[in-house]
Amino acid sequence: MFDTTSPLPPLPGVGYKPQHYSAILDDPAPVGWFEVHAENYMGNGGRPLAQLRALSERFPISVHGVGLSIGGPDRLHPDHLARLKHLVGWLNPASFSEHLAWSTHDSAFLNDLLPLPYTPATLTRVCDHVDEVQEALGRQMLLENPSSYLAFAESTLDETGFLHEVVRRTGCGLLLDVNNVFVSATNLGYSPQEYIARFPMDAVGEIHLAGHDEDHDDHGAPLLIDSHGREVAEPVWALLELVLDRAGPLPLLIEWDNDVPNWPVLAAEAARAARALDRVTA
Amino acid sequence: MSYTLKSAALVGAVAAAIAATGAHADEMAQEKCFGVSLAGENDCAAGPGTTCAGTSKVDYQGNAWTLVDAGTCTEIELPAMADGTERMGSLDALERDLPMDS
Amino acid sequence: MASYAETGFRSALLRGDAPVPEGLTDGAGRPAGRRYDVYRNNVAVALREALETGFPAVARLIGPENFARAAGMFLRSHPPTSPVMMEYGAGFPEFLEGIEALRGIGYLGDVARLELALRQSYHAADAPKLDATRLAGMDEVALMGARLVPAPALRLLCSSWPLLSIYRFTIETGRPKPPARAEAVVITRPDFDPVPHLLPPGGAGFLAALTRGETFGAAVEAAGPGFDLSATLSLLLRQGAFSDLLTD
Repeated sequence: MFDTTSPLPPLPGVGYKPQHYSAILDDPAPVGWFEVHAENYMGNGGRPLAQLRALSERFPISVHGVGLSIGGPDRLHPDHLARLKHLVGWLNPASFSEHLAWSTHDSAFLNDLLPLPYTPATLTRVCDHVDEVQEALGRQMLLENPSSYLAFAESTLDETGFLHEVVRRTGCGLLLDVNNVFVSATNLGYSPQEYIARFPMDAVGEIHLAGHDEDHDDHGAPLLIDSHGREVAEPVWALLELVLDRAGPLPLLIEWDNDVPNWPVLAAEAARAARALDRVTA
Repeated sequence: MSYTLKSAALVGAVAAAIAATGAHADEMAQEKCFGVSLAGENDCAAGPGTTCAGTSKVDYQGNAWTLVDAGTCTEIELPAMADGTERMGSLDALERDLPMDS
Repeated sequence: MASYAETGFRSALLRGDAPVPEGLTDGAGRPAGRRYDVYRNNVAVALREALETGFPAVARLIGPENFARAAGMFLRSHPPTSPVMMEYGAGFPEFLEGIEALRGIGYLGDVARLELALRQSYHAADAPKLDATRLAGMDEVALMGARLVPAPALRLLCSSWPLLSIYRFTIETGRPKPPARAEAVVITRPDFDPVPHLLPPGGAGFLAALTRGETFGAAVEAAGPGFDLSATLSLLLRQGAFSDLLTD
C-alpha cells in the first residue's frame, strides 16, 4: 500500500541522545542506525536539527513519535500532524513509528503513554487514526504495543488480536517492544511466551528493548515500571530469542531514556543485541 | 527618551563598530559546534524533551504553601526586593520580550 | 463519545486526592488501586522534571522543594497544550509572579522569562550572519533609512532588576553579588549556543526599535540616555544579532 524506500537494517540501533554525538562520531563501529523522538525535532532550527541532519547523512534514522495520541478519544491534532509531516518530509527517515496509547484529551497533553480499553469501538478509532497518519505522511507507519499497569474491565479483545486487526484494516506495520511484553504480562498475570506466540510477527518492522524497575501493587503482586533507566533485564533477553526464532533478524533498538549512561554502556547493550541477531542470521 | 547624534559622528560611530567586529575573521567551521555546547555536556538551553518511559518516582500534590526552605535567593540583597516598588532606571516603557519568529 | 473510562481516567490523573476511577483492574478482576498511581506519577513527575529542566535558575533561586511545589501547581493548572515539550512553560513566569509564597522575590518572573527566551533562541530558525562590512561606506542618508533585520534567535528583555547579574550569580560559580540596577539583556546565537549579554546604556531602546522594523535613524532617535552607538552596534554585529540589511 505504501512504499518505504529504504527500511531500517536488521541490525542493532540505539535511541539517540545529543550528549553522545561526539562519542558516536569517534566510534569506528557504533551501531547500524539511530532512533529519535519526533517531538524533540519540531523546533525551527539550531543544534537539534543540525545534529539530526548530520547524523542522517551517516546512519539510517527511525523517527519515533510520542505525542500523536493515536489511541485517544479526540481527533488527531491537525497542527501536530502537520508538524510531523513537515519533519518526515524534511528528513525522509527510514521508518516512522508511534504508540498504541493516548496522551492528549480536552487539548491537554499529559506527557505519558496512557492505556485504552480494547473494544470494537476503540479498534475503529485507532484504525481511523492510523489511516489518517499514513495518508498524511504518505508512508506506512509502525504501531508499538504498550506497557500496561492495569486492565480495563470493559475490554473485549486481547491486545494481540487488537493489533492483528489494526494491521489487517490499515496495512500498518508493528513495532514489537519486548520489554513492554514482559512488563505487561508480569503486571497483568499472563504468559509473555504465549503473547509472543500469538503476535502477528509478519507485520513486525522493528523491535524495542529497554530496562524496567520493580515495584509491587496493593496485594504485594509484582508491578514492573517501564522506566528505560537501566540495562535490559535477563528475562527480556530470553524473550527476545523467542521472538527472533519466530521472526528472523529485525532492526533491534536499545532504548535508555532516564539516567542516561555514557556511550560505551549503550554500545555494550547494542553489542549484546548484535550477538542475539547473529544467532538467527544464517 | 530621545537621543540625537550629529550625523557625521553617527557615521563615524558605525565605522568604529564595524572595525570592532573584526568582520573579516574566519567563520568557525560549523560541524565542530554540533557536538558539545558551550555549557558543557548538559545542554541546558535545549529545555525539556519528550519521554516515552514511565517512572518509579512518586509525586505528591500540594497547592498553597509557605516558603519552606530557600535557595540562592537568600544571598541576593537588593534594596527593592522587599516590595518591588523602588525601580531603578525604569525601562517599563519598553516591551520586555520581543519574540521574533512566528 | 468517550464511552469508556477515558474521561474519568483523565480527570483523576492530575488530582492526587481523587478516587481511582471505576472499571480499572489488575488483570485478575481486583480493583487497580495503586496501579493507577503509576500513571499519576508518570504524568506529574515527567511534567515537573520538564519544568526543572527548563528553569534551572529559578529552581536554584527558590530551592528544590519550593520549586517542586510551584511546578506541581503549574502543571495541574496549566498542562501542556502541545506534545512539543521544548515549548512547555511559556506561562510559567506569570504564574510564578502570582504565587503568594514567592511574592517577596520580585525578580523571579524575569529570571524565568530569561530562561524561556534562552530556550526559544536555542530552537529558533537558522539565519546567515549579516556581514558587517555591508554597513561600511554607506552615506549618511542611506544609513539613516536602512533597516537591520533581526536574526530569528535574537531576544531582548528589559528588566527593572539586575536580571543578567542575578542569572549569572545563580548559574555560575564565583560571580559577584548583583548590583542594585536595572538591566537590559540581549540574547544572541552566533552559532548554536544562545548567549545573554548586558546591553550598553541606551541600547535597549535602539534595539527594540530595530526589532519593530524601524529604520536605523529612527532607532537611534529611540535610544535611551547615555546611548553608546559604537559599543551597542559592535556587540550586536559581532554576535550575529542581524541576518540582513534592507536599503530602499
